[in-house]
Amino acid sequence: MNFVEIMRFAVRGLASNKLRSVLTTLGITIGVASVILLVAVGNGASAAITASIQGLGTDVVNVAPIRGGQSATTRPLTVQDAHALVDPIGAPDVKASSPVVNTSATATYGQTSYTVSSTIGTEPDYFTTTNRQIADGQIFTAEDVTQARKVVVLGPTTAQAIFGDAEPVGKNVLLNSIQFTVIGVLQTKGSSGLQNADDVAIAPISAVQNSLAGYGALNQIAVQATTADSIGLAQAEVTAILDARHGIQANANPDFQIQNSAQLLQTRTSAIQTFTVLLGAVAAISLLVGGIGVTNIMLVTVTERIREIGIRKAIGAPRSAILGQFLAEATMLSLFGGLLGVLIGVVGSRFSIAGIQPVVVPSSIALAFAVSALIGLFFGSFPANRASRLRPIDALRHE
Amino acid sequence: MKPVLAVSGLRKTYGSGETAVHALRGVDLQVWPGEYVAIMGASGSGKSTLLNMLGCLDTPTSGRYLLDGFSVADLNERQLSLLRNRKIGFIFQSFNLVPRTSALSNVELPLVYSGLKRAERRKRALAALDMVGLTARAKHLPSELSGGQQQRVAVARALVGGPALLLADEPTGNLDHASTIDVLGVFDRLNALGRTVVVITHEDEVAHHARRVIRVSDGRIVSDEVTRRTGVVA
Repeated sequence: MNFVEIMRFAVRGLASNKLRSVLTTLGITIGVASVILLVAVGNGASAAITASIQGLGTDVVNVAPIRGGQSATTRPLTVQDAHALVDPIGAPDVKASSPVVNTSATATYGQTSYTVSSTIGTEPDYFTTTNRQIADGQIFTAEDVTQARKVVVLGPTTAQAIFGDAEPVGKNVLLNSIQFTVIGVLQTKGSSGLQNADDVAIAPISAVQNSLAGYGALNQIAVQATTADSIGLAQAEVTAILDARHGIQANANPDFQIQNSAQLLQTRTSAIQTFTVLLGAVAAISLLVGGIGVTNIMLVTVTERIREIGIRKAIGAPRSAILGQFLAEATMLSLFGGLLGVLIGVVGSRFSIAGIQPVVVPSSIALAFAVSALIGLFFGSFPANRASRLRPIDALRHE
Repeated sequence: MKPVLAVSGLRKTYGSGETAVHALRGVDLQVWPGEYVAIMGASGSGKSTLLNMLGCLDTPTSGRYLLDGFSVADLNERQLSLLRNRKIGFIFQSFNLVPRTSALSNVELPLVYSGLKRAERRKRALAALDMVGLTARAKHLPSELSGGQQQRVAVARALVGGPALLLADEPTGNLDHASTIDVLGVFDRLNALGRTVVVITHEDEVAHHARRVIRVSDGRIVSDEVTRRTGVVA
């Protein structure tokens, strides 16, 4: 009784009930495919966020207010705060600092009306700090900011949505009924996974505060360090200057927080990792359920074929042959299901899912496949063992 | 010459205490090579229990059983399955072919478990099918064969490994008259070729083919007579 014969018996056993075999295989297939796909989606989201944050530049420090601070002395971030950070003596490692206000606006051009997902008021340095390149036209100048000229630079998605294929530069567009002149279109930067960086309208901060946002606090100050290596020094200098300006004593809680892109990356990726683990766990459960399906079907198969087992034993099949046959059947079911699942998972991850381009983790393929093989052995061994232990006389009498 | 099978003091009790059922109450029996033995008895006489013991399908409560010189009680499970494979060909009342498996594959099955190469298996299985006159039906599934044909496939399967002993449990119990004649003819030919055959039956017609008839009643052998000269037993 060799290996090939056992395999042949197993194939014949599975082929004798094709529909049942296929349905059982499906359980494993779905389990394996979902492990691979969901982990790939989590990984893809994490990769997209990493790319978008790295796109910000590794030399950027973000200052944001802490909202709802506990003391009444909480001071908002102001344009003056932003300008104070550019100080060759007090902050030699700060290259540029741009105040940022965020608002939302609806752009209207002719009959077209479009809600821009992010409308930003800032200064020209913002473009270099955030690494945005111009594709068409030009960015606004420092003079545009001091004159509060109503000019706007659009992201490519926004420009496409408002103007279609027409040339946007030089056109007048209404932002919340205020007329702005389009002077430039940005190069595409892609989705960050959470928001589309290409759906944006960027205008001089003075103009935005004048006509759209009002003269409130800044949402953010984007600070650029002189080099990526000096980011730590820049961060310390910014903290010192803002502490002094906001009158914050040592040990007191500041009313602003400073994050560099590495820290931003860390918080974002740790959130995504949790998300990936969660997705993986759900998929693993479905794989487990598939495995229990294999056990269930093998138990039914064994019960159904008790007589056949009796016949085989009566004509001299040793226990090992019976054990091998049913174990091989279970393993084949789950291995075939696993292979199919790997195939579906890998092919499926070529398509973008919910706006995320999945990135397959090779170890997840190996893991899911190995688990499916083990499921066959593990979940199959119980019914197979039961079959092999039957006494021939009892098995033959079974109706 | 040593007997193919020799049992002494064979007992089988199902259950225990008040409800105990004594299926066999001490059987002594020897069967010699080349014999054609019919074991007869009413239902419940213990004849089927006896055959299951002889076929190593069941274990006796007490007593000694030598099959072709091997003491069955001393063998482990693996050796028992080897013994069933090499020494015994079993034929059942309900044929017991493996379903959804061709006649040829059914006949090959014992040879698969004894580890024969494929080509050799095929050759021997076809020879066995030829012996029962079913070469033309080799590729048919059991469900495509008549009862008599299925039983002849079962006979081919029983004899393909060249066992020392053919054991048949009511082999014609489920067959019509014509098929019964077919199957009994096969037994006659096999016995003429020197095979040892032990048949359990309650039909006189079957017993007439045998050369020795043993009657069992209430778990004991009540008569044991040679009906024709066997020519083999001294």
